[in-house]
Amino acid sequence: MSGIRVIADKCTGCEGCVGVCPTSAIRVENGVAIIDRDACTLCGACVSACEFDAIVIERADAPAKDDLASYHGVWVFAEQRDGVVNSVVYELLGKARQLARDLGTHVGAALLGSGVRAKAEILIQRGADRVYVVDHPSLQHFIAENYARCLAGLVRRHKPEIFIAGATTNGRSLVSRIAVEIYAGLTADCTGLDIDQEKILVQTRPAFGGNIMARIISPNFRPQMATVRHKVMPEAPLDVARKGEVIEETYDVSRTESRVRFVDFVADIASKVNLSEADVIVSGGRGLASKENFALLEELAAVVNGAVGASRAAVDAGWIAYAHQVGQTGRTVCPNLYIACGISGQIQHLVGMQSSKCIVAINKDPDAPIFKVANYAVVGDLFEILPRLTKKLKELCGE
Amino acid sequence: MNIIVCIKQVPDTTDVRIDPATNTLIREGVASIINPFDMYAIEEALRLKDKHGGKTTVLSMGPPQAQSALREALSLGIDEAVHLQDRLFAGSDTWATSLVLARAIRKIGAFDLVICGKQASDGDTAQVGPGVAAHLDLPQATYVRRITGLDLGATPPVMKAERLLEDGVETLEIVLPALITVVKEINDPRLPSLKGKIRSRSQAIPVWGAPDLGIKEHEVGLKGSPTQVVSIFTPEARAAGVVLKGEPEEIASTLAQEIKGLL
Repeated sequence: MSGIRVIADKCTGCEGCVGVCPTSAIRVENGVAIIDRDACTLCGACVSACEFDAIVIERADAPAKDDLASYHGVWVFAEQRDGVVNSVVYELLGKARQLARDLGTHVGAALLGSGVRAKAEILIQRGADRVYVVDHPSLQHFIAENYARCLAGLVRRHKPEIFIAGATTNGRSLVSRIAVEIYAGLTADCTGLDIDQEKILVQTRPAFGGNIMARIISPNFRPQMATVRHKVMPEAPLDVARKGEVIEETYDVSRTESRVRFVDFVADIASKVNLSEADVIVSGGRGLASKENFALLEELAAVVNGAVGASRAAVDAGWIAYAHQVGQTGRTVCPNLYIACGISGQIQHLVGMQSSKCIVAINKDPDAPIFKVANYAVVGDLFEILPRLTKKLKELCGE
Repeated sequence: MNIIVCIKQVPDTTDVRIDPATNTLIREGVASIINPFDMYAIEEALRLKDKHGGKTTVLSMGPPQAQSALREALSLGIDEAVHLQDRLFAGSDTWATSLVLARAIRKIGAFDLVICGKQASDGDTAQVGPGVAAHLDLPQATYVRRITGLDLGATPPVMKAERLLEDGVETLEIVLPALITVVKEINDPRLPSLKGKIRSRSQAIPVWGAPDLGIKEHEVGLKGSPTQVVSIFTPEARAAGVVLKGEPEEIASTLAQEIKGLL
């Protein structure tokens, strides 16, 4: 049976494990750590924290699927709406090429929808060797149940060894259903994917909003499935000369979900750029002081082709819609550039944006926690700085 | 209308601090709370019950201390709570966790709606809700920001829900029984009442283990979980940033140059 064990000879009673246990399941008695098996969730935090390798989690291996070796190929879910392929797909294809090279296999893309056949070429030009197309009126709108059944069928038939999708709202809603249906391992919201010496996919993902990272594998199940965070991996370059194979699959109409009906989709037209796809986010907090002052952010965002974000304080004050909220109870973003204006940087906000590649913080309070994560810390009055910054950038960007 | 809410007890991130010496998470003395998103799930269940009658039940899988989260849900007005606890459950990944919750929901039997928070604030996976729906073969609507229609008299009963996506709002019509996951925008959770607090203290909370749910050892825990955590580590701390001081004009000028370089 699986379990956790303290190796008494190695344990020094240092208590290094006590503080990291999220369920307070460890105490030290007579110089040795003792783990309360009822309270322990086997999360492994203590195993990683122990400097003496004195705690081990023994794992009775799950029954490995007997045909692991028959799975080949790295597949990408080609998420699209109304024929527009989500840009995260190109990022996935870039990563898939690298994984396929390390494994010596091909890259596949699964394209589902209605009237989407023509998009297969673009996927090939972006790195797919084979595109599996299921083109059917029943797949016109993303209905998780239909897409999951259809993809589970494709996976059973073609046996890819890796299957990745974007960690978008629809991607996450879909892939978990597939993993359950085919009994495969799934890791959510990965920021790193690599192949190890055993040819196993090592998936790196943040937890606690990026305060800790975990490496996760699924060695005994296929395909190894992951959703990947947007804007972390570079897009695959476009190569119009690239050739590939398009495989048209049939759709089993009899399995169409009749319990869910798409009614409509209303695009958020107020924001020209959506938060999760934005390379630049200009975000505002309590320091903006009013709804009207968000215009300052919109002007700057327009110059840098960015999206407007907000802290919880600004959303709760009714200055901007919840859809713009960044942070624990809002969205998690990681743009190339995050400009935080008048945001103090509570931990709940930081966990939603601290993976951004470059952070600029403008705040009056020199002790604001936001400055701890900022690449550029501007201690000053945002009302004096923002208009000048927008003006200078306009000049620089040649407007 | 019978509603089941799945909740998780998580460390309170407002308490989470980073040890500056080791750059690790300090978990000692951190209070445990109901996952913030699950508070909206509980509130939505209570509102639906207020309007349509029926019963609300809250479920949580977790170690013994998770009982306090269930009691808190009762104090808010939830009718019944069930604690899913067994040593065999420890180490379950999202696949196995969804299985345990799904079996418990099946054991409860008659229900119209299952509500979950969109994700837990510690794991951030958003996988368990759709996973439960898949195990039970239920239709789902995730990231729901508003229930815009509910016709319990229809055959079959049907609900209209708005999903908050990255670039807009999608409306689905979904036949009950179904599973939804909710975002913060859906409501403002109430505070517990004194009466609720008193009632929750004495109310019995049944504990269901693997045998009660017909779950075998190989289906859950480390053994039943397709994924394995190899290691947990702390990301490298960000290098100290550049501090820009001086006149606004000067700062704006420097900053504009830097930003231009990044575009």
